[in-house]
Amino acid sequence: MLSIKNLHASIEGTPILRGINLEVKPGEVHAIMGPNGSGKSTLASVLAGREEYEVTEGEVIFMGKNLLELSPEDRAREGVFLAFQYPVEIPGVSSTNFLRTAVNQVREYRGLEALDAVKFLSIMKEKMKLVEIDQKLLSRSLNEGFSGGEKKRNEIFQMAMLEPSLSILDETDSGLDIDALRIVSNGVNQLRSPEKATIVVTHYQRLLDYIVPDFVHVLYNGRIVKSGTKELAMELEEKGYDWIKEEADSTAV
Amino acid sequence: MSKDNQILEDLTSKEYEHGWSVNLEVDEAPTGLTEDTIRWISAKKEEPQWLLDWRLKAYKIWLAMDEPKWANVHYPKIDLQSLKFYSAPKQSNKPKSLDEIDPELLQIYERLGISLNEQKKLQGIAVDVVLDSVSVGTTFKDTLSKLGVIFCSFSEAVKEHPELVKKYLGSVVPMTDNYYAALNSAVFSDGSFCYIPKGTRCPMELSTYFRINAANTGQFERTLIIAEDNSYVSYLEGCTAPQRDENQLHAAVVEIYAAKHAEVKYSTVQNWYPGNKEGVGGIYNFVTKRGICAGDYSKISWTQVETGSAVTWKYPSCILKGDYSIGEFYSVAVTNNYQQADTGTKMIHIGKNTKSRIVSKGISAGHSQNSYRGQVQVMKRATNARNFSQCDSLLMGNRCGAHTFPYIDIQNPSAKVEHEATTSKIGEDQLFYCNQRGIATEDAVALIVNGYAKEVLNQLPMEFAVEAQKLLALTLEGSVG
Repeated sequence: MLSIKNLHASIEGTPILRGINLEVKPGEVHAIMGPNGSGKSTLASVLAGREEYEVTEGEVIFMGKNLLELSPEDRAREGVFLAFQYPVEIPGVSSTNFLRTAVNQVREYRGLEALDAVKFLSIMKEKMKLVEIDQKLLSRSLNEGFSGGEKKRNEIFQMAMLEPSLSILDETDSGLDIDALRIVSNGVNQLRSPEKATIVVTHYQRLLDYIVPDFVHVLYNGRIVKSGTKELAMELEEKGYDWIKEEADSTAV
Repeated sequence: MSKDNQILEDLTSKEYEHGWSVNLEVDEAPTGLTEDTIRWISAKKEEPQWLLDWRLKAYKIWLAMDEPKWANVHYPKIDLQSLKFYSAPKQSNKPKSLDEIDPELLQIYERLGISLNEQKKLQGIAVDVVLDSVSVGTTFKDTLSKLGVIFCSFSEAVKEHPELVKKYLGSVVPMTDNYYAALNSAVFSDGSFCYIPKGTRCPMELSTYFRINAANTGQFERTLIIAEDNSYVSYLEGCTAPQRDENQLHAAVVEIYAAKHAEVKYSTVQNWYPGNKEGVGGIYNFVTKRGICAGDYSKISWTQVETGSAVTWKYPSCILKGDYSIGEFYSVAVTNNYQQADTGTKMIHIGKNTKSRIVSKGISAGHSQNSYRGQVQVMKRATNARNFSQCDSLLMGNRCGAHTFPYIDIQNPSAKVEHEATTSKIGEDQLFYCNQRGIATEDAVALIVNGYAKEVLNQLPMEFAVEAQKLLALTLEGSVG
């Protein structure tokens, strides 16, 4: 589904990603872990097409298409979803209105008919249960005055509505208390399917207790320096990142 | 160039939709302005002597006045002597009904999306259309007249209801008020007149569409709305003009009189030609709009969506004379390319327990300059006056400007006056977020801008709100990234 080869990216001339290689197949959940500043969020942003990052080398193929050549909106329409670490606020635009615009633009791209208000609302009602989100929240301005937990739940709710093939969760666990974490993870787990893949970017192992990954990769200095299964995450939780850094630094020299 | 600027660039490069013009046979006043021009106009309109005298008096006053220079707008001096002050489509005889109106005229209005014929059939809105200097047709007259509501062109009102015109003309905006008001008083050609009798709730929206068609012509319309005790009316105004390289002058005066317990809601969607991307051409829109809440418990509410014009100078105001009267001003002003707008309101609290509310939302893009200028004045005897003002500015790109000039003058210590102001920028983050959900940038801008302006757009009657939303999106098309 997703094939990243030797991906290099920089911001304002400073290289952040220095040769990422990653293969993600349908049905898989990959966790990207790593210390602060290792390039985790950059990877998520580059995949989603954030403009500030310049891709200097490498390729990304998503479902047979060169992802890097697509605009951010076309990537979304092709089925790439990014759950933001810091979801933005849009005053005066209700979540419902925002999402209906998004869903219908995605549907149009895929050659599907636009959903009328009644249909849209009925689908919405169904998906709202996944993340235990309240309709009142959705009629408020997008993310404005939402708590951290509400914002993240809203992200997963949007994910449920847009039905992406590849979901990238960027530090979705940050700022969540244990209850919110459970609700959000529950939502993500219910959306897992053999056709869909998920990339979970996180600093802590905690989230992976809830969203169990098939693979864990450790990012350090812009490269994946170690890959393994969920046991690797446990090891990181126990030992921290220092041993990985040492290992990586010694081989780099 | 950052993406932000690129999108702004694209959004702001949208072409003006109403830029066409039609070759009509016209009756025109000789170029330039002298006393003779005024006599010519007055004679053409077969006006009574008192009105001619009134015009000539205004002309003398105007001659002694200087163009106001305090607004935050810059434009070359307007050569009034090169303008024509009257232009009317030629019609052999005054049309008696809409069926007799020149089909070419009707076509103009169909292209604007206002079909007089259709309006005639559809319930809901009564329309008066003013092309260049004259009103070409008013719909729904019969239905309204059964209720005693008078809705007609200004010229007709002068003929049919001279006592009303004489009583109220210049009573809210005196001819001495300012340079453009004096000029308008001298040369005004047509406009709309509404009279709502006591205890009457006007059952439909009254609407006027203004269109400048002829070249080198100034449009000077005059609107007078009188709402008697316990009456209600909602009035809408729309305007467009063809795309021309030279600037055209539009200097209108609107006067509203609200008696006891009367309520007048006045909504404008102003879409005069703004000039091209380089700032060539466009309408100079110098307008004086004022309402007086003369009676106790009366209310006047202005809502404006300003997207057009090269230069706008406009301050719809309320004089709150009656006790417990209420004044409201809701405004969205969008400037793009090289447009300049200096707009706002004046709320003058004279009566006791008077209230005013100001919500101004400025949106600047391109190289434009957008200023809010507002005055809240609480006079000595205005005990317990209250005002709330909110002035927000939204910037798109980094070559435009947003300015706020609030003036507050309080002479009664019991007054409560609040002023809030914010400035924000459409962020790359907001746009990226929308893009990441599959929303194209142009639609994202429209969504964000409409969200920002929602509080004002909500004040508009439904049909107008939809039009205004589209207009906002169109005006800003191509401007973010």
